[in-house]
Amino acid sequence: MANPGGGTVCNGKLHNHKKQSNGSQRRNCTKNGIVKEAQQNGKPHFYDKLIVESFEEAPLHVVVFTYMAYGIGTLFGYLRDFLRNWGIEKCNAAVERKEQKDFVPLYQDFENFYTRNLYMRIRDNWNRPICSAPGPLFDVMERVSDDYNWTFRFTGRIIKDVINMGSYNFLGLADKYDESMKTIKDVLEVYGTGVASTRHEMGTLDKHKELEDLVAKFLNVEAAMVFGMGFATNSMNIPALVGKGCLILSDELNHTSLVLGARLSGATIRVFKHNNTQSLEKLLRDAVIYGQPRTRRAWKKILILVEGTYSMEGSIVHLPQILALKKKYKAYLYIDEAHSIGAVGPTGRGVTEFFGLDPHEVDVLMGTFTKSFGASGGYIAGRKDLVDYLRVHSHSAVYATSMSPPIAEQIIRSLKFIMGLDGTTQGLQRVQQLAKNTRYFRQRLQEMGFIIYGNENASVVPLLLYMPGKVAAFARHMLQEKKIGVVVVGFPATPLAEARARFCVSASHTREMLDTVLEALDETGDLLRLKYSRHKKSARPELYDETSFELED
Amino acid sequence: MDLRRVKEYFSWLYYQYQIISCCAVLEPWEQSMFNTILLTIIAMVVYTAYVFIPIHIRLAWEFFSKICGYHSTTAN
Repeated sequence: MANPGGGTVCNGKLHNHKKQSNGSQRRNCTKNGIVKEAQQNGKPHFYDKLIVESFEEAPLHVVVFTYMAYGIGTLFGYLRDFLRNWGIEKCNAAVERKEQKDFVPLYQDFENFYTRNLYMRIRDNWNRPICSAPGPLFDVMERVSDDYNWTFRFTGRIIKDVINMGSYNFLGLADKYDESMKTIKDVLEVYGTGVASTRHEMGTLDKHKELEDLVAKFLNVEAAMVFGMGFATNSMNIPALVGKGCLILSDELNHTSLVLGARLSGATIRVFKHNNTQSLEKLLRDAVIYGQPRTRRAWKKILILVEGTYSMEGSIVHLPQILALKKKYKAYLYIDEAHSIGAVGPTGRGVTEFFGLDPHEVDVLMGTFTKSFGASGGYIAGRKDLVDYLRVHSHSAVYATSMSPPIAEQIIRSLKFIMGLDGTTQGLQRVQQLAKNTRYFRQRLQEMGFIIYGNENASVVPLLLYMPGKVAAFARHMLQEKKIGVVVVGFPATPLAEARARFCVSASHTREMLDTVLEALDETGDLLRLKYSRHKKSARPELYDETSFELED
Repeated sequence: MDLRRVKEYFSWLYYQYQIISCCAVLEPWEQSMFNTILLTIIAMVVYTAYVFIPIHIRLAWEFFSKICGYHSTTAN
């Protein structure tokens, strides 16, 4: 997966993209594959939009320099390991006890080498403690290190009013107490904080029932069930749905919770290329034709695992094509809408609404409340018999404590706010403001000449940095000089040569804040020479075909 | 005034070299070691080029002129 090519995605059309000249055609456009099917079925699809996403390749010299930098880092890593081994230098990392020196080594793989020698040097850019609510502005505690990031100490000062471009606060609902949160105070007074039981025993409150009905109404499905933790929703419920003798087709870049759930279930897992429907179709055909590996029997179930928005790439799943494939080969579809619920679609209902499709066509809709709703927990929604089955058979329902009542009330409040049930249109305005902010931010970054990955409408914006030295310099410079908090991501979470900075646009960012951030990015980009894009877009975007209802600017 | 701009330009250039080659994240003694080794290699390359390239060019020129001279005598 450490592909220096920058992602051979978008249905394999990247080769055409390279041959075409620079400047005019920067985008890979794929037409909505379901149009023909709609005409055959006679069902009207009022969305007929082109999917606009780009995954530009880096210039060659950048890739060469990146690998060279990692090579130099590795050489120095070997040198330092040698010095530490021979006792010339004190070892601060974890090391086996003297009595265990002759056993099989515990700390020797590449991952540990990388952690000890490369990650430790730039570790001050991660795990930064903050001391306020993660709203559009927040406070960061200042810390320094005396021994090159092995230990930290707090100076006692606080960096105030840092612009927050890293929190998953898409609709701005994760903020300090204000008057609209009064119901949460009341719930806290009546129910307390802890539930002290699992769903099966005595942990099902009327708040949970109210929440589940509201979630089902929001998503326009028959029923839903909520769980206390988003990660656990995936990892504990996929084993309840599939088992041995089933086949899981999972996207290359799926989140760890999906991978863990798939592995725990004991089913056979096959991976298809990221967002690539040809790869998925090939796997489906092979599965249906050849069946299980040795016995050649038919698979008991085929489950396709995808995400709504992929947070590391900023890409949105090609849902219409995948639905067409699912119907043709009779497979089941599980969508993890952690980053797309509340953030994507004209009224925030997720990717099904974004593409204008019926949510009843997806078998299992999963999502979390951490990102757009400012709470914690996850849900699984779908048909009533599916949810009833999960109520009985899910590991999370039997063993894990259920959701805390104030959190449930916060989600109820957020859902009512977004749906407009509290009497105002503020929720809808926030969803539209998020879409506006996203498009503005992405467009300006592309005009400036940075390489941005992903779909135009995804509010998670990865900006490619590539070289490890620049990653560290970027994060430090943005916090200390410009007072903007950004999240940078490097090797284990991304391929080795594609380190990036990931911005999360929020509806509570005002135009001035976004302009401040963009100006700072412009200056930092010039200082660190980060503007690698060879396709500078003009100020007026090229017209693309949207025959559908569009948000007015 | 011009000297200051030249110095700023060189310090910016040095900063670029540091972040591209991962020197910015190394400790100071590692940076000095790396710079020393790199400068030594570059000095050796320059010295070798200065001493040996003229001789090689002269020898190559004589070799090719002898070949062409032999070719022209046989042609005649």
